[in-house]
Amino acid sequence: MARYALLTDIHANREAFEAVLGDLARRGTDRIVILGDIVGYGPDPGWCVDRVRVLAAEGAVIVMGNHDAAIERVENSMNAIARTAIEWTRAQLDPAQGAFLAGLPYSVAEDDLIFVHASADSPKDWIYVTSERSAWPSFAATKARAIFCGHVHVPAIYSCDLSSRVQSQRITAGMPVPLIRSRRWLAVVGSVGQPRDGVAEAAYAIYDTTTNELTFRRVPYDRAATSAKVRAAGLPETLALRLLRGS
Amino acid sequence: MRIRPHKGLQIDGFTLGDCLHTGGFATIWDATHALYRTPLVMKVPTILDGYDGPTIVGFEVEQMIMPRLTGPHVPRVYAEGDFATMPYIVTERIPGDSLLKLFRSAPLAVEEVVALAVKMATALHELHKQHVIHLDLKPANLMMRESGEIVFVDFGLSRHDHLPDLLAEEFRIPMGTYPYIAPEQYLRSRDDLRSDIYALGAMIYELATGRQPFGEPMNLRGVRKRLWRDPVPPRMLKHRFPDWLQEVILRALEVDPKDRYQSAAQMLFDLQHPAQVKITARGEKLKQDGIGEVFRRWRRMRRVKGFGPPPADALSQMEKAPILMVAVDLSPEMEALALRLLQAVRRIRATQSDARVACVNVIKTARIGIDQTTDDAGVNLHVSRLVALKSWAAQFDLSEEQVTVAILEGPDPAAEIIAYAVNNQVDHILMGARGSSSTRRYLGSVSSQVVAEAPCSVTVVRIPSYAIAGPVPTAMVEDGADA
Repeated sequence: MARYALLTDIHANREAFEAVLGDLARRGTDRIVILGDIVGYGPDPGWCVDRVRVLAAEGAVIVMGNHDAAIERVENSMNAIARTAIEWTRAQLDPAQGAFLAGLPYSVAEDDLIFVHASADSPKDWIYVTSERSAWPSFAATKARAIFCGHVHVPAIYSCDLSSRVQSQRITAGMPVPLIRSRRWLAVVGSVGQPRDGVAEAAYAIYDTTTNELTFRRVPYDRAATSAKVRAAGLPETLALRLLRGS
Repeated sequence: MRIRPHKGLQIDGFTLGDCLHTGGFATIWDATHALYRTPLVMKVPTILDGYDGPTIVGFEVEQMIMPRLTGPHVPRVYAEGDFATMPYIVTERIPGDSLLKLFRSAPLAVEEVVALAVKMATALHELHKQHVIHLDLKPANLMMRESGEIVFVDFGLSRHDHLPDLLAEEFRIPMGTYPYIAPEQYLRSRDDLRSDIYALGAMIYELATGRQPFGEPMNLRGVRKRLWRDPVPPRMLKHRFPDWLQEVILRALEVDPKDRYQSAAQMLFDLQHPAQVKITARGEKLKQDGIGEVFRRWRRMRRVKGFGPPPADALSQMEKAPILMVAVDLSPEMEALALRLLQAVRRIRATQSDARVACVNVIKTARIGIDQTTDDAGVNLHVSRLVALKSWAAQFDLSEEQVTVAILEGPDPAAEIIAYAVNNQVDHILMGARGSSSTRRYLGSVSSQVVAEAPCSVTVVRIPSYAIAGPVPTAMVEDGADA
């Protein structure tokens, strides 16, 4: 029995990360899970990696995201802006920080739950789960009752019923969704550090195994400060604007 | 291999007793558990071999929604069973049968109909306040506690504002029970609380007349007719049937949701204040509409795909259609305050267009002594206050069905105001308060008592002390928290 705090796509956004950690502390969670992409895009990769290492030492579950993987190995699939940001990030991190990212697992299974950055059927291929069709392989590949992933930056939830039909379900931030046991569930957790669903607030989720309810949450943070840091670091302007607009 | 329920079955600590009911989609069993002394029942869906979509999804919906509901109008949930072994829901056992038998004995006397209608509307408003639209209201889904409260059962077609709607994509045909299903439900809408108000209207019609307003259609073509064909007015079926009750019933049965009551609380208000119901053509009609009128409606309706956009959710619909209670003092020295109160109500009406305004004025009676209303002076006072209040309320420029007036009498004005708010499901009280000078402290305490004890928000309007000398048009408004 636990209350999981599910965070993903922090993307070196210290202000958003701190705001979320503050919120989840007030709401009482006992297990933190970070679904990858600690770095990339944002101006504070070193601070964020160090904070995650402390959380990991305290028992948090951390999985690898494509931006974390790209620190050690050049990823060809990334677009120009992401690549620019990764090159900048690589220069900011010391060897220990880089080694920590390189050593992260692609997915972690715990009880009947799976934590992974992208599609669970082939975690290393970084496939986006954005529709019922693209959610199906994750359900097919595992027997887990609930799969939690990130990568998309837009929160969503899918259910797979007894006849293996996958359905996208509407969600309301702040309102708990019971993950009823007659179905299996796949939750795409929204991004802490670079939300893209039009809401410029940090996103995360809480899963309570006692009540079996998942709640998508939003937390406001000082996005003006982060985007000023993005500009000061000389990172692409698009990345600063994205934080201000949340899209 | 799944377990099937039978007498004596032990599962998760529960022991099954007799089968109490066998329905099309589920069986209901008497159940006991060592830890619970309350009488319990276990509902088990009857799942056919293989995949039985509709039954399973309906049961999933109940498992999602029922544990979140509280209060006397829903059965309390004790446990849920997993589909992997045997799906079930254990709830408290509500003694007795559904109201089906009672409905079969209809028509009932008007007083009985109204008393039941009040109970049903009260229960429905409580359900809507918990973000749930039932969507399958019918006599078989209503029970009554020994204490008299109506209890809703069977939430298999229900909709919760904040939960995924598992049924949204499940069926291609309209879901509901033909005699009671609202026109928009027939048109596949599942998110309008006014659908429940329609079903409530159909049930009150049945209690009052002994007939269902649209008969018992055997197919969807029959259901569709209610888009253009009006029901036979109860006054045609029953001699001396009150026009106001017909008005209430037919308003609830309006085809377009926007023409119905906009919340169960507003319907309840009319049921509790027959004298204040504004009688329109609906209440007056003594026969069904003529063939020409029905034909015109048929031409308009036959291609209709839906009505106006449904409310964003149940709560916002109720917030758009609140009951505002305005307690006003009309004594000459309070004219300026009454004016500010008027302005405050107008501002609220500007955003809550379906608000219903209940204006009250309180006559403080002596705690001990003769009842003032029995002597001539008392009667005169009551009548003159009512006339004054009506004329004050006329300034809102609202139709008669949107504004009501009432004179309350009692030794404790604040208690009278609070009791009225509780009985009428008032959402928001507006009242004036005098300044806090020592001579007026006594009168000011009425508003502070209301703020402290009211079951809803309270706005207290004051004239700032600097404004008493000259006209500075800014009211000081304080919002009271829930008591």
